[in-house]
Amino acid sequence: MQAEMSDVMRCSRRGDGVPPPPLSGEGWGEGVSTRESPQEEKTLSRIASCDAMRPPPQAGEVRTARGQILPLLRATVLVAIALAAMPAHAFIAYVSNEKSNTVSVIDTDSWTVTKTIKVGQRPRGIEFTRDGKFVMVAVGDDDTIQMIDARTQGVVDTLPSGPDPELFTQDAAGKTLYVANENDNTVTVIDLEKRARLGDIQVGVEPEGMTISPDGKTLINTSETTNMAHFIDTGSRQIVANVLVDPRPRFAEFKHDASELWVSSEIGGSVSIIDPGKHEVIGKVTFEIPGLRKEAIQPVGIGMTKDDKTAFVALGPANRVAVVDTATRKVTKYLLVGQRVWHMAFTPDEKYLLTTNGVSNDVSVIDVAAQKVIKTIQVGELPWGITIAP
Amino acid sequence: MIRWLLGPIGLCLAAMQALAADPVTIGVGYLGVAGTRPTLSLVEQPAENDGTAGAKLAIEDNNTTGKFTGQRFTLEERRIKEGEDPVQAATALAERNGFIVADLPADALLKVADALRDRGTLLFNAGAIDDRLREADCRANIIHAAPTRSMLADALGQYLVWKKWSRWLLVVGSHDGDKLYADALRRAATRFGAKIVQERTFEDTGGARRTDSGVTLIQRQMPVFTQAAPAYDVLVAADESEVFAAYLPYRTWDPRPVAGSAGLMPRSWDAAQDQWGATQMQNRFMKLNARRMTALDMQAWTAVRMIGEAASRTNSGDVRKITDFIKGPNFEVAAFKGTRLTLRDWNLQLRQPILLVDGRMVVSVSPQEGFLHQVSELDTLGYDRPESKCRLK
Repeated sequence: MQAEMSDVMRCSRRGDGVPPPPLSGEGWGEGVSTRESPQEEKTLSRIASCDAMRPPPQAGEVRTARGQILPLLRATVLVAIALAAMPAHAFIAYVSNEKSNTVSVIDTDSWTVTKTIKVGQRPRGIEFTRDGKFVMVAVGDDDTIQMIDARTQGVVDTLPSGPDPELFTQDAAGKTLYVANENDNTVTVIDLEKRARLGDIQVGVEPEGMTISPDGKTLINTSETTNMAHFIDTGSRQIVANVLVDPRPRFAEFKHDASELWVSSEIGGSVSIIDPGKHEVIGKVTFEIPGLRKEAIQPVGIGMTKDDKTAFVALGPANRVAVVDTATRKVTKYLLVGQRVWHMAFTPDEKYLLTTNGVSNDVSVIDVAAQKVIKTIQVGELPWGITIAP
Repeated sequence: MIRWLLGPIGLCLAAMQALAADPVTIGVGYLGVAGTRPTLSLVEQPAENDGTAGAKLAIEDNNTTGKFTGQRFTLEERRIKEGEDPVQAATALAERNGFIVADLPADALLKVADALRDRGTLLFNAGAIDDRLREADCRANIIHAAPTRSMLADALGQYLVWKKWSRWLLVVGSHDGDKLYADALRRAATRFGAKIVQERTFEDTGGARRTDSGVTLIQRQMPVFTQAAPAYDVLVAADESEVFAAYLPYRTWDPRPVAGSAGLMPRSWDAAQDQWGATQMQNRFMKLNARRMTALDMQAWTAVRMIGEAASRTNSGDVRKITDFIKGPNFEVAAFKGTRLTLRDWNLQLRQPILLVDGRMVVSVSPQEGFLHQVSELDTLGYDRPESKCRLK
């Protein structure tokens, strides 16, 4: 009864554009066992009942009978082109809420949460499969990665990761997944087609950041307590180099042209720029915000534009995203977002950059060209990771 | 399962050997006191390996990194019995180890520091919280990983003031440590604007910590002891000697919270700490030692990690080089406290946030919001540079 009540509240709030509060029924204690198909049906029927309270679709919105935004992006885009008056940016973003044990689904046309999916415990790393059919979310406290079907928006399968998976990356073909397992100093290699574990690679203490070089030949893993970026040959699965960076490296991102690898250090308060060929730190981005102590600046997520000219760096409890000119390696602007900003994702057209703000429980929308925060969307508790449908 | 594990590990080991054919060995000694003293609460009774268990985990963590840097860390433990000479034990350790992590009483630590000064051995104080070791009695060859009494008292004081519990009833034990803790709490009250409405002394008249008659008598004693106090918000107890503080919660005459040596306690670490990635650390500790991690374990872990951090940054096992780096301006270490930890260069005390815990949960972490400082907010805890009496030599 209570859950129904809060759903009604959420529906009515959605109508007038006020973000929903965290639901009392969501959050701790929701284990894997509750997510079975009857539950799924119940969730869908709830959304259907919500639809009765929604305002009629506005120009440019395409909805199914259930009131969901059509996942067929192409259709939406076609409609958008046909009716030139409308914005052509309807994408779907998935946000992992670390404390709620949910994933919020955001429609980037209306900038609203269209669905909240119950997942396993402590969801953090989240990424679409290359074919756009599934969303993978690492649920650390359940020691697995769950697969969300992007069509039905329900959990349909799990992947055999090692203990406490946090971040992961996949090769360009979308066939192999590499997972950082924080608890046992390993990177697990998973065959995505067979959904089977292929092996493990021993790395430093508390592996976290994961990325793969554009040519797919080098896997990068950062270890938080060892303070290194490990360069792993994806063919032999051997470590070929280790580069020492500042304390607690959390995230790694290649330039699209593969000329530089950027690694953020949360406690060190810097981003190291590494020459991937020479395995050397060739530069460092540092941050300075008037009125803020050095300790409050804790870089985590990094987003690089496709032209490699601009990088965005989430600064954690500094509540800001730094805009960095990659040529000069200097910060050109600080954008005030929500509290404790963790990770970020571009819309495929690169018009918008969405950031997850852990403490204020919301997502900030940055207009990439204008370098301005244009919108805030309330999601679940402690939003952490974000991925957007390709 | 074993097969797919062994394959890649073997390959990695082969690769590592190619990278670093001959690892440099860095020896760390641990000097502690044998035996444990009884606590009022059975669950707080320290384990025999309190402290060393943390050092052991840090050695493992350092060695995981060491595989990539060609460094190998070793730990040699020595616990002295009552009446044994700490200097002799320390000198023996120093013959094989360039670094010694010490959990010794203040006087013993000073003797050891002075005896080892010309050797170049670097000492890490993991246990003693005495302010004088960082003030009038400071030494250039002791790095302090343990917080001070004043840092602990200030951390508690900031929270109580933030909570607007500014009228304190201070109850002090009759032993030296209790009195020193009371001094630190009085200083905190003055600094942050709290008022000590009355002080009472709880005399230690001897007797056993545990008796068969149990709580019956205590339940009568504690209300009477706290009766007829002036109006107060919180009872603050200074009882490092484990004589009475743990008996106070729920037994005060007036229904008031208890803080200090019982109730809400300031600690460098707690088994319940799970913020800022600490869960992984707690899991690693549990896996290695089959028990939960204490504040002393964390202080020893931090000391050994400081050595490991400096060794990987300098790419060296040389004691001189590592010492210089730790004392230098670029040293920082991550210790699951949400911020970098650095050294106060005027007395070699490690700056650190202090947790406020109730035995089950982390209630808050100081410094509290709004307590500002021109250099580091962590310097709002304990004696600051302008008031320091330390002249390093």
